[in-house]
Amino acid sequence: MKEPKIIVFAKQIPDPEAPFSNVTVDVEKKEVVVDAPDVISPYDENALEAAIRIKEELGGKITVLSMARKVSDTVLRKTLAAGADALILLEDPAFERLQSRSIAYVLSQAIKKIGEYDLILTGRQAGDWDSGQVGLILGEMLGIPSVSLARSVKVQDGGVLVEKTVPVGYEVVEAGLPAVVTVSNEVGELRYVARTKMLALLRRPMVIPKWGSKELGLDAEMLKPVHLVELSPPADMKRECVFIEGASPEETAGKLASLFKEMR
Amino acid sequence: MSEVLLLVEAKDGALDKKTLELIRGASDLAGESGLEASAIVAGQETSALADSAASYGLKKIYRLEHPLLEGFKPDAWVGALEWLCRQISPKIFILSHSFVGKEVAPRLACRFGVELTTDCINLKIDPQDGLLIRSKPIYGGNAIAVVKCEGTPQIVTVRKNAFEPAEEAATKSEIEQMVPGLDESMLRVRSLKTVEEEIVELDKASIVISGGRGIAEKEDFELLKALATAMSKSHGNVMIGCSRPVVDRCWMSSDHQVGLTGSMIAPDAYIAVGISGAIQHLVGMIRSKKIVAINTDAGCNMFKVSDYGVVADYKEVLPALVKKLEE
Repeated sequence: MKEPKIIVFAKQIPDPEAPFSNVTVDVEKKEVVVDAPDVISPYDENALEAAIRIKEELGGKITVLSMARKVSDTVLRKTLAAGADALILLEDPAFERLQSRSIAYVLSQAIKKIGEYDLILTGRQAGDWDSGQVGLILGEMLGIPSVSLARSVKVQDGGVLVEKTVPVGYEVVEAGLPAVVTVSNEVGELRYVARTKMLALLRRPMVIPKWGSKELGLDAEMLKPVHLVELSPPADMKRECVFIEGASPEETAGKLASLFKEMR
Repeated sequence: MSEVLLLVEAKDGALDKKTLELIRGASDLAGESGLEASAIVAGQETSALADSAASYGLKKIYRLEHPLLEGFKPDAWVGALEWLCRQISPKIFILSHSFVGKEVAPRLACRFGVELTTDCINLKIDPQDGLLIRSKPIYGGNAIAVVKCEGTPQIVTVRKNAFEPAEEAATKSEIEQMVPGLDESMLRVRSLKTVEEEIVELDKASIVISGGRGIAEKEDFELLKALATAMSKSHGNVMIGCSRPVVDRCWMSSDHQVGLTGSMIAPDAYIAVGISGAIQHLVGMIRSKKIVAINTDAGCNMFKVSDYGVVADYKEVLPALVKKLEE
């Protein structure tokens, strides 16, 4: 078959694995403040990995789209270092904290502007709001088949073959192209990008297109921000930790063993 | 437009516990706002399930039956739910944040041009405008957001344990059988086969021993398994779990994963080995009765939520511990 054109969405978010002690909730401003560098949302990295594997097998082109009020191209350039061919940033002050439906609308307009595509891959959910909706809504908006929770994605015979995680194991499903597939972490981690390669790529001058409301011809009515009534910190999870120590691993193990025996 | 509607889900042919919680949630919302609560049962043959759903004081059970609803084909289910919602125009539609709910709710909401809120832990009705007030954990559980959305129906998915399960009522609900307008052309995704795998159900364990990013090699899980074997002699059902990085490395299948996108469990004891305590993991195990952490990093978050901590290399402590337990 012809070489597939794949679009991957990668959302930039504060590192979701940042220790919770680095996260504060500003109740007044209704903002979550994370003291950690931004990263690509982990499930979106899984989606990129799935795309790169398809490209390794069949060739083709991977275009990464990232959307926010402001996107850092240094964070997103990692996608190019890993194996994507093009990066397009969707940036606009109006893209601040949009509803899932509005995000899917912006992405659908960007896809229409790109024109030709065969497969859209994205993470099963983003590591900040964990909504898990955009991929499926996009399938509806574009009127194309959608499959969620992929643990393996293959393009063959003009269609996409997906192993999808289901409660009893996995289901093998097939859909015609173009299609949208949301990817789960069973696909595997994004391949390692050597630091030297990453640094070289950061230094290389390149033009990364930025599209905003104007370039995408967006209907401002469709850009609805989340109506956040209130934001609060979670219930306290802290417990008083008793540390078990010993002069040797054996001694520590002995104390732990007695503790477990008491728990019975 | 006067109903609070919920979607019934079955487990092994019987009503799922999450569905009983939804029934309570829907009934409470209906009571708050002078609406009626009803439920949808969908499938190829639904009489038994509809009959059990009818025992919990709901106004009505809509039985949606169609050959295409056999098994769970998302395209058909979304089509059937859309069809029913167009017939009866519910005010509120609540689904479990389950495999089925996560799959159909976003698509259904899109078809009605409304914004869905997923994974809610609390729902109320705003007496001013009648809109649902939706509470949902964000940033893995580091904050709770309360949001409102315009439009009808108001659609949400609800996290397990958000409501107490409903209790049986004296009167039976009315059951209405309907055949939704579905045809083959709606099925854009073809199911070729379902492969059943041996699935661990971590919520059935009395003790879960989990490994995380700090586990150096796949083979080291044998140390955790040896501990499980040693403990199972006196502690009942001991199972092995893990945090997300372990599944990312393809060392373990996702049914072992504990946390936001894995299982949310509350065993008698949870033993975390080499897990630093990312919030997405903590929300899955924080309700455990006793938490024990083994980690080389004394400053890691896992110790802050643990009852007992051991600052040590698991490679040394675990074999010694197994030996002591076997003495």
